[in-house]
Amino acid sequence: MNFDDIMAQPGQWLQGDGPHDKIVVSSRIRFARNLRERPFPGWAKKAERLKILSEVQNEVAAIPAMADGYSAPLQDLTALQKQIFVERHLVSREHASKGAGSAVAISPDQQLSIMMNEEDHLRMQSLLPGLQLREAYKINNAADIFLEDRLPYAFHPELGYLTACPTNVGTGMRASAMVHLPGLVLAEQINQIVNSVGKIGLAVRGLYGEGTEALGNLFQVSNQTTLGETEEEIINRLVKVIEQVIEHEQNSRQVLLERRANMLLDQIGRAYGVLRHARAIASKEALNHLSVMKLGADLDIFPEKAQLPLDELFITTQPAHLQLGVKKEKLNPEERDTLRADLVRAKIRKIPQPNIAKVTSAKKSNPKKKAK
Amino acid sequence: MLCDVCQKNEATVYLTQIVEGKMQKVNLCESCAKDKGVSDPTGFAMADLLLGLGATEQIEHGQPAQKCAVCGFTQVDFKKTGRLGCSACYDTFADGLTSLLKGMHKGLKHSGKMPEKLSQHFAITDRIKVLAGELKKVVKEEKYEEAAQIRDAMQKLETKLQK
Repeated sequence: MNFDDIMAQPGQWLQGDGPHDKIVVSSRIRFARNLRERPFPGWAKKAERLKILSEVQNEVAAIPAMADGYSAPLQDLTALQKQIFVERHLVSREHASKGAGSAVAISPDQQLSIMMNEEDHLRMQSLLPGLQLREAYKINNAADIFLEDRLPYAFHPELGYLTACPTNVGTGMRASAMVHLPGLVLAEQINQIVNSVGKIGLAVRGLYGEGTEALGNLFQVSNQTTLGETEEEIINRLVKVIEQVIEHEQNSRQVLLERRANMLLDQIGRAYGVLRHARAIASKEALNHLSVMKLGADLDIFPEKAQLPLDELFITTQPAHLQLGVKKEKLNPEERDTLRADLVRAKIRKIPQPNIAKVTSAKKSNPKKKAK
Repeated sequence: MLCDVCQKNEATVYLTQIVEGKMQKVNLCESCAKDKGVSDPTGFAMADLLLGLGATEQIEHGQPAQKCAVCGFTQVDFKKTGRLGCSACYDTFADGLTSLLKGMHKGLKHSGKMPEKLSQHFAITDRIKVLAGELKKVVKEEKYEEAAQIRDAMQKLETKLQK
């Protein structure tokens, strides 16, 4: 499998269906694993890093799920290709900045990706659409069981899996879900949710993980701690919280429909208008309008078939994805904004105007279904 | 007040931290504070880590810096990067790491899964421990026949471990 094959498919997590996929975009499980008594990637000299990579690479390639998959050392990838992987959430930002001595492997269905010599010798992650943390765990665990037989993992009877950063020690697991919360943002309740989730030891982050901004009303909810709880306990806790977040989001959507229908329609109409007619649009603006349109599609204000093109635009309007489609060396920001607007207009043109009747009828037919 | 680090200059930076409800205070002079990354806000987290690693006690006792025998990593490196050097560093810096981990995690003992091979290994070592306790007991009670049986069982397990 080569880079073009990966590009040809948007990845199952984007296309596929999953439970609660209107609000939970994707679920991810990540394990950090290291080799015993070998310097961690950040501390290893280049020769040692290359040696570790060569030991790890073959075993990773032998994982059954990786058969016919994609694999490349990072120095063989262009900056653009690396950025594409970041935009698709297959590689972390940190990993994309690495070169010789690091590598990435991606399964054909793009459900499993393994970063070699990121912060740890192995970072394996599985990514699925909707709320499917337990299923993602199974995929990751199968790969982990395969590797533990073949590689001398650094494991401590008290501290569990040992990692370069003490914040990951124990299970070495980060479980996270990307949630789309336009209702809570429009209802101005998002800060309360973020704060209360933070209080119970979970983290809420932006679109591309740690230290990034929440764009397009997308948030990542993940566990903060990795030691002292089993994987199952961590996942159960997270699922419980995410189910509550889903409920809050649904409630605020309902409240908006019932009490602030005009504001809601105004937002959706404006988003549609801008995306339908803009001749130049920045990534951030596009994402925020796409998010509001996605909300409109969830509420049947746009037809069902508008969902997929909207979801795809979340990825294809990102800078590296735009750049990849053109022959020119490097687009400047203005050129990119123009190109982005062209792309968006072409897709939005096929989506009919917002169906206002849906909102007014929902209001009338559901007078008793008040949100808590 | 003199600086806790160099014990020479007047301390001008007073760092107070509350870890696990206990207050920790460190007084630093300007150059030491800069050295430890306390003065710039981005380095502040690293300073937390440094202090968590028991650096304050070290400073007080004037011990030489510990170094990981496997990878050559030192506490100074940890302070700079916030990452450890290799898996053996967890033993090398165990004393300081314990308090650091306490503040970070829900517990100090891993309760999740472990590699299958190791879990078998640990099951055997646990069993040997139990048997050793029983052995002591029966020897005390002068039940030598039982003691011999337990000893045999332990030896069997020991050879299993060595495989």
